Amino acid sequence: MSGDTAREAVGDYRYGFHDPENATIRFDKGLSEQVVRDISKLKEEPEWMTEIRVKAYHRFMEMPMPSWGNCDMLNQIDFDAVTYFLRSSDRTEKDWDDVPDDIKNTFDRLGIPEAEQKWLGGVTAQYESEAVYHSIREDLEEQGVLFLDMDSGLKEYPEIVKKYFCSVIPASDNKFSALNTAVWSGGSFIYVPKGVHVEMPVQAYFRINAKNMGQFERTLIIADEGSSLHYVEGCTAPTYSTESLHSAVVELIAMEGAKIRYSTVQNWSANVYNLVTKRGIAHSNATIEWVDGNIGSKLTMKYPAVILKGEGAHAEVISVAYAGKGQHQDAGAKVHHLAPNTTSNILSKSISKNGGRSSYRGMLQVTPKANGCRSKVICDALMLDSDSQSDTYPTMEIGNSSADLEHEASVSKVSNDQLFYLMSRGHSEEEAMGMIVNGFFEPFTRELPMEYAVELNRLLELEMEGSIG
Amino acid sequence: MLAVENLHVSVGDTEIIKGVSLKINLGEVHAIMGRNGSGKSTLANVIMGHPAYEITSGEIKFKGTPIDEMEVFERARAGMFLSFQYPSSIPGVQVGTFLRKSVSAVRGDDAPSAREFRKELKMHMEALDMDKSFLSRYVNDGFSGGEKKRLEILQMLLLNPKLALLDETDSGLDIDALRVVADGINSITPNAGCLLITHYQRLLDHVKPDYVHVMIDGKIVKTGDAELATKLELRGYDWLEA
Repeated sequence: MSGDTAREAVGDYRYGFHDPENATIRFDKGLSEQVVRDISKLKEEPEWMTEIRVKAYHRFMEMPMPSWGNCDMLNQIDFDAVTYFLRSSDRTEKDWDDVPDDIKNTFDRLGIPEAEQKWLGGVTAQYESEAVYHSIREDLEEQGVLFLDMDSGLKEYPEIVKKYFCSVIPASDNKFSALNTAVWSGGSFIYVPKGVHVEMPVQAYFRINAKNMGQFERTLIIADEGSSLHYVEGCTAPTYSTESLHSAVVELIAMEGAKIRYSTVQNWSANVYNLVTKRGIAHSNATIEWVDGNIGSKLTMKYPAVILKGEGAHAEVISVAYAGKGQHQDAGAKVHHLAPNTTSNILSKSISKNGGRSSYRGMLQVTPKANGCRSKVICDALMLDSDSQSDTYPTMEIGNSSADLEHEASVSKVSNDQLFYLMSRGHSEEEAMGMIVNGFFEPFTRELPMEYAVELNRLLELEMEGSIG
Repeated sequence: MLAVENLHVSVGDTEIIKGVSLKINLGEVHAIMGRNGSGKSTLANVIMGHPAYEITSGEIKFKGTPIDEMEVFERARAGMFLSFQYPSSIPGVQVGTFLRKSVSAVRGDDAPSAREFRKELKMHMEALDMDKSFLSRYVNDGFSGGEKKRLEILQMLLLNPKLALLDETDSGLDIDALRVVADGINSITPNAGCLLITHYQRLLDHVKPDYVHVMIDGKIVKTGDAELATKLELRGYDWLEA
């Protein structure tokens, strides 16, 4: 595919550039038990981790593809064409100047070092399979906050990792969590001690550079009693005509009274499969918030979940999905009310355009023991043309009649009157569309750090350009 | 400023405007009165370029140039403004952001700096008796009728048009709001042409028209001065229909 056709296929994707591939270690394509063992060996992991990986590998091989989401697209994935491990830098640096030039330039273009200086408490930058840069503000370190890339986390705090790894999402949860558990590399490891409030967000940025790359980061966040943390994640990849696979697992544990907010804006190029399992456990009076934006990728299947395990725990899931040409965003939320007086809010907003498809897939469960629960689910879909598709698959399993539940769903189109109104104020049709779209996503955008919100608005405005006629 | 020549307009197979001619010069206020369904609102919308209407014959010129090829936003940038009878709501878009973006779109190179813009905004909002909290609300979302009309007039003042088309701007306003809105209109008319579309005499007590046109069934059947509006208020439209 030439540059132009690639561009046509994916629109004006700003992050579609790529660096030369200067791998220090690159595994041959394809997956086998040996590949799994080799990854573990290379990382000098403890035996128990190798065993978890190998077991997960066999689970992956046995498990069928999900029979929902987008089977056609899922079945196109060629697992033998994927590179499962690629090391680009021999070390994780603490100073951007020590990061290899090509890679540093990439992150410069993505604005990461700049953001770090201005408003972040810590940054980990992952390039292909591993973190190439990592830092945390000294004051956080002094308060005992652990923020490492997952490989270092395992090396330095094996007892914590052993205790919590796979405790929220077992390897056998689904085919892709099994795959991640087998070949995971990179991701973040965070522990916030009791009562510590991390005021500035910490950020992880995931970048795929190589063709046919598989990125399988693994993130584990533990917020101890009464602590709080805001974790922000961004993702981009170059535009290639062949597919890459991003399959992450994220496990959150919010102890009594703790609060974790996990914000993502994934903007993968349109050749990336984004098949991610994210789940958190909230103990008594804890809060877990997923703020989840899905703009890019070819196919995303992701349903951030919260298990409300302790009394009075609260879940908040705010998600948006934008599906353009050739894209399917199958996203949503899952909340399991296992304890009394737990509460949840789910707000999902999706836009489809140019034949794109967005689906809301949700699960709300209230178990018989969970008295006095409250939940509100709102799903709004906006269709920008008649070629596009939007569908909703809400599932509710309510085992306790005391639950107070609200569910609202709407599908709307941009009205000609709205367009005429905005155009009469000097805005071109594209600009008008951009304003309407940004307005539609505003309940999500306002939850993001300002820098992310500005970027997202700009991104959506770009998406509206040259697409109307 | 505006010249409408023998304009015929249809929606689908239905002809709504059946040969209207109208000339508005800079500084003139024209009022078009008529019953519901007489084609008044259609005329304003067609002049602004609403895509639902088809001009079957005739011509509209703005500043001497035919505008039938101009997009709606180009007309706005050229200095035309329509105050809507039913302004659309744009959920999620804050009034403040919307006004700033609109001012920079319409006024282009002449747009004020951020600081000047804030100054202008403050001045006009005070004149229109609008609270600052307006700026953080979403455009027309959950607005009362009166609030919508004030926002329309605020936009008019900020966008500083050469031709203002005001479609039923007086409907749904109480007396105080009506006076505020009228003051707004009066403040731009020395430097702009103005077309007021209205049912009622009451706005014309505050904004004195140079010409009053009566529209019946897609045609202007009578043109007069402000006296005509008073007469219509007393006698209705029936005497014109014979």
